[in-house]
Amino acid sequence: MFDIGLLNYWIIMILMMTGLYTVIAKGNLIKKIIGLSVFQVSVIMFFVSMGKVKGGTAPIVGEGYEVFSNPVPHVLMLTAIVVAVATLAFALALVTRIKEAYDTIEEDEIRQLEADEEE
Amino acid sequence: MHGSGLSISAHLPALQIAIPLLSGVLCVVIRKARAAWLLATTVAWAAFAGAIVLLNRVLEHGTISYEQGGWTPPWGIELRIDLFNALVLIIVTGICAVVITASHTSLPGEVPEKRHNLFYAAFLLCMTGLAGMTVTGDAFNIFVFLEISSLSSYALVSQGASRKALTSAFQYLVMGTIGGTLLLLGIGMLYMVTGTLNIVDMADQLAMVGPNRTVLVALACVTIGTSIKLAVFPLHLWLPNAYTYAPAIVSAFLAATATKVAFYVLGRFIFSVFGVELAFDQLHLNHVLMPLAIVAMFAGSIVAIYQTNLKRMLAYSSVAQIGYMLLGLSLANVPGLTGGIVHLFNHALMKSGLFLVLACVLFRVGSTHINDMRGLGRRMPWTMAAFVIGGLSMIGVPLTVGFVSKWYLVSGAMESGLWPVAILILLSSLLAVIYIWRVVEVAYFQKAPEGAPEVKEAPLGILIPTWALAIAIIVFGIFTSMSAGVAGSAARMLLGAGS
Repeated sequence: MFDIGLLNYWIIMILMMTGLYTVIAKGNLIKKIIGLSVFQVSVIMFFVSMGKVKGGTAPIVGEGYEVFSNPVPHVLMLTAIVVAVATLAFALALVTRIKEAYDTIEEDEIRQLEADEEE
Repeated sequence: MHGSGLSISAHLPALQIAIPLLSGVLCVVIRKARAAWLLATTVAWAAFAGAIVLLNRVLEHGTISYEQGGWTPPWGIELRIDLFNALVLIIVTGICAVVITASHTSLPGEVPEKRHNLFYAAFLLCMTGLAGMTVTGDAFNIFVFLEISSLSSYALVSQGASRKALTSAFQYLVMGTIGGTLLLLGIGMLYMVTGTLNIVDMADQLAMVGPNRTVLVALACVTIGTSIKLAVFPLHLWLPNAYTYAPAIVSAFLAATATKVAFYVLGRFIFSVFGVELAFDQLHLNHVLMPLAIVAMFAGSIVAIYQTNLKRMLAYSSVAQIGYMLLGLSLANVPGLTGGIVHLFNHALMKSGLFLVLACVLFRVGSTHINDMRGLGRRMPWTMAAFVIGGLSMIGVPLTVGFVSKWYLVSGAMESGLWPVAILILLSSLLAVIYIWRVVEVAYFQKAPEGAPEVKEAPLGILIPTWALAIAIIVFGIFTSMSAGVAGSAARMLLGAGS
């Protein structure tokens, strides 16, 4: 029932759910960002796993090799990694400014402060 | 220009992306706020002119297919403009142009002048991303431009004056990134099943594969990913805070463009990639979308009634209007889908106009709380008149664009035999009467409080763009051939080609 060939996808799903859980359940903003990164990484791993062809070698033309792994998912994931890094950088910058403005990065404390100043 | 007209205008689809992108980078280098604003305004109006040219071209010659870099699809990236995205492109570039024109007067009150060049850079990048999402015919390209526009819109939202803008931007970032990543996952599964990323090719391959589990999960991921960006109830939680605490100009821009392009992406995937037969008949997506749409229509309007901050009221109203668009999509017949697409066009005009009215009010009064609007009908007559026009359109009064959308939606519901849905559409329009009337009553029928500072009419810099949209609301409500006619042809094409 458990196909060893599908091990990659099990790991991807566990990572994805861990990341999503961290985003939802953790109150610290930095932990949320880390959860988001783990979630994005799992999708990146999904694409890369999908690109492997059975018996395929690296996608570089060479003597004696006929079967190559698919290079397109790798290329797509280069872009996705850049997007993930940019999102991470922007999120961290936002958290820095939130810390300056609220003096805390715990979500429940921030919510309390915002509720107190609600008109 | 005319001598080399063929070579430049042939590349117009790519220029719609390239010129705003390069100008955005230029704005980072230009330090003076006024120069950055001039560049941004010129580029935005030029992009709008380009969008009109493209729409005319599509109306005359049919779908435009442009090979990016000369690489033939499906291996190369294709920019594919048909009636559906030509209409969306007009909205994106048009609203961007009008809002940027208004920002010269409205922005200094909320963002310090030394940051204006960076603000316009982010604005142009957002427009690049939205225009790119609209014109591309490649699924992964949609994701790339989605992230470009999303990241820049998070930056724009965080520029609000209050510190709550920062937490709103953070919440928007978290939810938006989850949405974008789910969309990426869905695209990955589609690639796994079809072996291609080109939308036209994907549709052909998918028709041969039929419904298997991967296709079902791909449809689910794509739908949920775009629904988060579209702020479908209950995934709308980022929208009220983001629209309320962002600068007024940013609210006017995002309310009219970001969710509309997300709706376009959802429609494109459902009708052009999966097809009506696969998505609706075999995988029953409409049974999921229609109830959510109806709940959104009511929940959004009811919560809007209780808001005292008018920006937040308009934000919840947007959630309800997105419900109308989604209802049109889930009806999947020609009048229903026409209603959904034309409501995309009309709501962009209405919401942007209403948010610009609030920008006027914010400029003069300094707040958008309903208690500070007392007696404003007398002191700022032109501004409140524009609000009344926008409000009547939200309700769906004939002669305004709102009526056109509701007409098509009700026709679509009747054609499917779902007359309870038609009744629900009319009932929720009555809810809009309540929250619009609250504002009208406070502005026109209550006196300004004693000792309130004298306010004059809003400056022409914001007033003229506001009235441009108000006039557009009436003009497109009477002469519907451009908006509803094009939407109808687009709907026919999507439903006809999707089987």
